[in-house]
Amino acid sequence: MSGLQEHLPILQILVPLFGAILTAFTRRGITAWAIAAIASGIAPFISAGLLIRVLETGQPISYVMGSWAAPWGIEYRVDVLNAYVLLIISLIGLISIPYARKSVATEIDSHKQPWFYTMYLLCLAGLLGIVITGDAFNAFVFLEISSLATYTLIALGRNRRALLSAYQYLIMGTIGATFYIIGVGLLYVVTGTLNFADLATKLGPAMATHNKPILAAMAFMTVGISLKLALFPLHVWLPNAYAYAPSFATAFLAGTATKAAIYLLARIYFSVFAVVVPLKELPVSEVIIALSLAAMFLASITAIFEQNAKRMLAYSSVAQIGYITLGLALANKMGVAGGLVHMFNHAIMKTALFFALGAMAYRTGLGQMSSLAGIGRKMPITTAAFVVAGLGLIGVPGTAGFISKWYLAIGAINHGWTWLVFMIVLSSLLAVIYIGRFVEIAYFREPAPEIANAHEPPASMLAPLVILAAATIYLGFDTRLTGGTAQSIANYLLGGAP
Amino acid sequence: MIEWEMIAYHYNYYITIFLMVSGLYIVIARGNMIKKLIGLGLFQTSVYLLYLAPGKIIGGTAPIYDKAYQVYSNPLPHVLILTAIVVGVATLAVGLALVVRISEEYGSIDEDEIFEQDEDQ
Amino acid sequence: MKLDLILRVGTKLILPFLLIFAFYVHFHGDYGPGGGFQAGVIIAASFILYAIIFGLDAAKRVAPQAIVERLVPLGVLIYASAGLPAMIFGEGRYLDYGVYGHEFTHAHEWGILLVESGVITTVASTMLAIFYAFADRGTR
Repeated sequence: MSGLQEHLPILQILVPLFGAILTAFTRRGITAWAIAAIASGIAPFISAGLLIRVLETGQPISYVMGSWAAPWGIEYRVDVLNAYVLLIISLIGLISIPYARKSVATEIDSHKQPWFYTMYLLCLAGLLGIVITGDAFNAFVFLEISSLATYTLIALGRNRRALLSAYQYLIMGTIGATFYIIGVGLLYVVTGTLNFADLATKLGPAMATHNKPILAAMAFMTVGISLKLALFPLHVWLPNAYAYAPSFATAFLAGTATKAAIYLLARIYFSVFAVVVPLKELPVSEVIIALSLAAMFLASITAIFEQNAKRMLAYSSVAQIGYITLGLALANKMGVAGGLVHMFNHAIMKTALFFALGAMAYRTGLGQMSSLAGIGRKMPITTAAFVVAGLGLIGVPGTAGFISKWYLAIGAINHGWTWLVFMIVLSSLLAVIYIGRFVEIAYFREPAPEIANAHEPPASMLAPLVILAAATIYLGFDTRLTGGTAQSIANYLLGGAP
Repeated sequence: MIEWEMIAYHYNYYITIFLMVSGLYIVIARGNMIKKLIGLGLFQTSVYLLYLAPGKIIGGTAPIYDKAYQVYSNPLPHVLILTAIVVGVATLAVGLALVVRISEEYGSIDEDEIFEQDEDQ
Repeated sequence: MKLDLILRVGTKLILPFLLIFAFYVHFHGDYGPGGGFQAGVIIAASFILYAIIFGLDAAKRVAPQAIVERLVPLGVLIYASAGLPAMIFGEGRYLDYGVYGHEFTHAHEWGILLVESGVITTVASTMLAIFYAFADRGTR
């Protein structure tokens, strides 16, 4: 099957895309779910195959659409960085699909369920597309495919505020995407190319004559993508969107959507601009570090005072994204590796946390922190999994979160900023408070009468949750997949620089 | 000294920037959700101009192959913008659909009024 | 509904020509301005005109909502599948239309025509589906 091997990059997109088309023909939720399950089941194997091949050969895999040669045609270019992110996204897709069946069946009207799965698969295809493509404009198209699907997923939430959050996200998201496309346009006018790899080579000579448009392009693209990835002051859309979306959509998006945008930021910085714009001469990295720190502290503090459990985790997401961008902005090997490791770990942990809340909502229909008092006695496994993932979020040694923060701390020291280590530890203490608050409510209060009948969710929802919680522990000890790969990516991105 | 020649040669960019900023202003300043979407549309459309203007090559004809012509306009921006228009239309459609649903649920499409309603709950 | 004779007869006169014009635009897309997008919108416009003049129920008898909603993914399926033969039968990559003929230009002409027929299906049905979705709302 050497032919199949050769077509892996496009199959990564085609499998969820054809899945989306087929689900649109179905009328029953269960059929649509089965198609979505098959598509989500195949996708991680393709990602894993790509990652293994890239790690073995050390060479990027290039796949040109319609056999049109690279800088002119659209090229899918898989190197270690995108193979790794592809794996994160498709793994979250795989792990969430068993959970989807029961959760979607209760939260979405039956005639809308096939469309819900269509949107989920389109979103998956779009996110994978952003990551796999080697073409700046194609990335925009995939960005919009995934975003439009996301708006729909959010709007299907049961609370009418879901519509409002989806509308606000649509406005913010479109402005973000348009900013990105303005940046791409400026680069295209200067260089005449849209291919990331080709841009990197052509920007060098162009920089000598046209440095202003290139810098403007960098600014536009940074702001645009930061809107999409919810970097601190641009995160306003995220808490509401995550809070009111259906449980399954929240869990899936929290694990994947922002990761794809972070990938895009890393791609344009490390593969395109870093080659030509000496980042050290511009305060880009300092600005992003400052914003990341603001996210880590202010969003965590907001999370502490939040009453709605899903909103609390959403603010926590903003804070955790801060860690990832902090690592990337440090722009040294350990820092970038730390950011990338945290991308993986955060995807696992945050999906687990939202799964746990989704399971609680499935049994009780409640989402306010105070109303879930004593849930730990009624749903012990679910709450225990929540606690494990929460410990990971705090960064307790022995969990995945500790590994990412360890890398970040070393990155900060290598950068010569020892005080950053202190800040990382301090902000982790804030996570102790907001996770601890939920633990206190869940375990040490008397169960409220509303949750008297609550019990463990069905196995199809419990199993993904337990697997993710176990992964949080496992990845705290075995760092070959996350740490090892992230270090080789950092080496690849930063070249010979220390 | 003002470089009039420079301004005259780049007039299309001034128009583009004017449209872009006014679109963005409408999105931020208006409370009416439909007006916000109109502003968003204007903002997106101005970007199409940013792409299309440099695609024109002076003296070039339509990019359809013919032996009589040597110089063609650059077709790539048009192709890109055709895609961007489709994306823009899709965004507008989703946005308007959301506004219809919001108006059904809240009985209003003014952001301030809607926020007030939610605070009462 | 009021019986507007002129509008009804006029619409019936225009409709066949609208549809033929749509297909002219569709097939002309190979050589000049035109193609599936424009043709799809013209087809949808003719159905919407019919719905406006003769009522939504009459239009839904001609083009039932369930079928229209299934045509949306069908068009995308045609487009997406048009890229597959190159992967399965030939040496090419996805969306390589070289397999559709012996000579480059001809093969690509067929490939594009296939893609455009997917586009026309999706655009026409999407426009109509959006119209149905919203035209229904006020009357409830």
